[in-house]
Amino acid sequence: MLLIPCPWCGPREEAEFHYGGQAHVAYPEDPAALSDEEWARYLFFRDNPKGVFAERWSHSAGCRRWFNALRDTATNQIHGVYRVGEPRPVAS
Amino acid sequence: MSPRPPGADLPEHPDRLWNAAEPKSSYDVVIVGGGGHGLATAYYLAKNHGITNVAVLERGWLAGGNMARNTTIIRSNYLWDESAGIYEHALKLWEGLEDELDYPLLFSQRGVLNLAHSLQDVRDSVRRVEANRLNGVDAEWLDPRQVKEVCPIVEISPDVRYPVMGATFQPRAGIAKHDYVAWGFARAAAALGVEFIENCEVTGLRVSDGRVTGVETTRGSIAAGRVALCAAGHTSVVAATAGIDLPLQSHPLQALVSELLEPVHPTVVMSNAVHVYVSQAHKGELVMGAGIDAANSYRQRGAFHIIEQQMAAALELFPIFARAHVLRTWGGVVDVTPDASPIVGLSPVDGLYLNCGWGTGGFKATPGVGWCFAHTVAHDEPHPLAAPFSLDRFVTGALVDEHGAAAVAH
Ligand SMILES: Cc1cc2nc3c(=O)[nH]c(=O)nc-3n(C[C@H](O)[C@H](O)[C@H](O)COP(=O)(O)OP(=O)(O)OC[C@H]3O[C@@H](n4cnc5c(N)ncnc54)[C@H](O)[C@@H]3O)c2cc1C
Ligand SMILES: [Zn+2]
Repeated sequence: MLLIPCPWCGPREEAEFHYGGQAHVAYPEDPAALSDEEWARYLFFRDNPKGVFAERWSHSAGCRRWFNALRDTATNQIHGVYRVGEPRPVAS
Repeated sequence: MSPRPPGADLPEHPDRLWNAAEPKSSYDVVIVGGGGHGLATAYYLAKNHGITNVAVLERGWLAGGNMARNTTIIRSNYLWDESAGIYEHALKLWEGLEDELDYPLLFSQRGVLNLAHSLQDVRDSVRRVEANRLNGVDAEWLDPRQVKEVCPIVEISPDVRYPVMGATFQPRAGIAKHDYVAWGFARAAAALGVEFIENCEVTGLRVSDGRVTGVETTRGSIAAGRVALCAAGHTSVVAATAGIDLPLQSHPLQALVSELLEPVHPTVVMSNAVHVYVSQAHKGELVMGAGIDAANSYRQRGAFHIIEQQMAAALELFPIFARAHVLRTWGGVVDVTPDASPIVGLSPVDGLYLNCGWGTGGFKATPGVGWCFAHTVAHDEPHPLAAPFSLDRFVTGALVDEHGAAAVAH
């Protein structure tokens, strides 16, 4: 089980969190203007790196807030967490 | 007289099922990944299409990935016509596979029950039974009493939190011994001339003018006329080396077995609402699994709370398991698509073919996908049963949405 450091509550067990997938996927500014390919990319395609991944978590059984984490999907090591709106830190 | 050295009296090593090969500089077809799908594809390329200058490159050892980690459930009772087509084709091949490969597979058609626990479950299940029948897939709707007849150890009391309100039953479904399946395909393909190269990781796809020309590996470069991807959970990583993005997310999927028990469980039981599925292996272990770990990961292990939840679910359905001990838990990395259906077919690069996205349920497809994917590679054109599973369905919107429809994964 992951030990996830919520930026508000500190380290808590993974079981308290809900996963939100890739971070920084913005809703298209003008969805109607997208081609089918662009819409498909927005809807269905997410990065799937074996390595550092910027992802969203919600502390659903705690403060109930969303935040972002940088986690290495090859090792599960969490390099850092940051609040929504903060820029993505450089992975160490 | 001098003492005999230890081991001198042991019998000869049994015949090898295949011989490990040294990589040649070039092949007509290179298959990336020596799991069930790669082995079955190699076999049918040689058998059905006469293409035998084929190498299967495996970064670890043959069938050390999900092929040796799955819970071996075989069924074809999917909702949509496209799924019924390919999974039923696979089930028909399973029914003749021991003879075809001349190898024991412990294929056991003991049936699969998919339990319904709510009115919505009941409606969806009955609909699926009707759809299955229209597609020539055997399916029955059972009431709770009939469920108990098929599987006497299931709790059908109305007093539990998620009472069993009935189940779909596919009598021809069942299980097989996954490693035997791998060995059977490997031996048969080797006899037809296919080479297996283990400890050989593909680190890059070579592409020139939009056409694949070979692969870079940890054992040197290998030229190839065609390259067929069967890398399961690692497909995104391999495809990315040719600049191809795929709508896949890699997740750990866990399973567990109990200690060996007397035969108590005659069939396979799956429940999506309570979320566990259970069968009993020939050896006697109860084999259980559930859903993926939520977070993306390439680690072949998951979190213990997932195991805890599936054990709780199993106890609710099977109070008799209360004293059984867990012997072993493990995980594999599965590649999940947005519509829970696989991607099989052509890729944006000529001569490069995709077989991925089987997620939590590709074991049952092994012979069927091997058959269809070999055809796709041999003819540079999707096999009709694979055609609906093209990559471009995510652009056209023609999804095969088995997520909600199939009631259960695996
Ligand atoms: C716990 C668990 C339970 C499951 N239960 C069921 C079930 O009950 N029924 C069912 O139908 N399905 C089930 N599945 C899913 C099923 O196991 C998979 O869909 C199926 O095995 C995938 O095809 P494969 O056998 O070819 O995969 P794998 O055996 O994973 O083969 C892929 C191979 O590619 C190799 N590879 C990866 N990258 C490279 C590279 N760069 N170079 C060379 N080789 C590479 C890997 O090492 C691996 O051996 C389960 C899976 C898991 C993990
Ligand atoms: Zn919190």
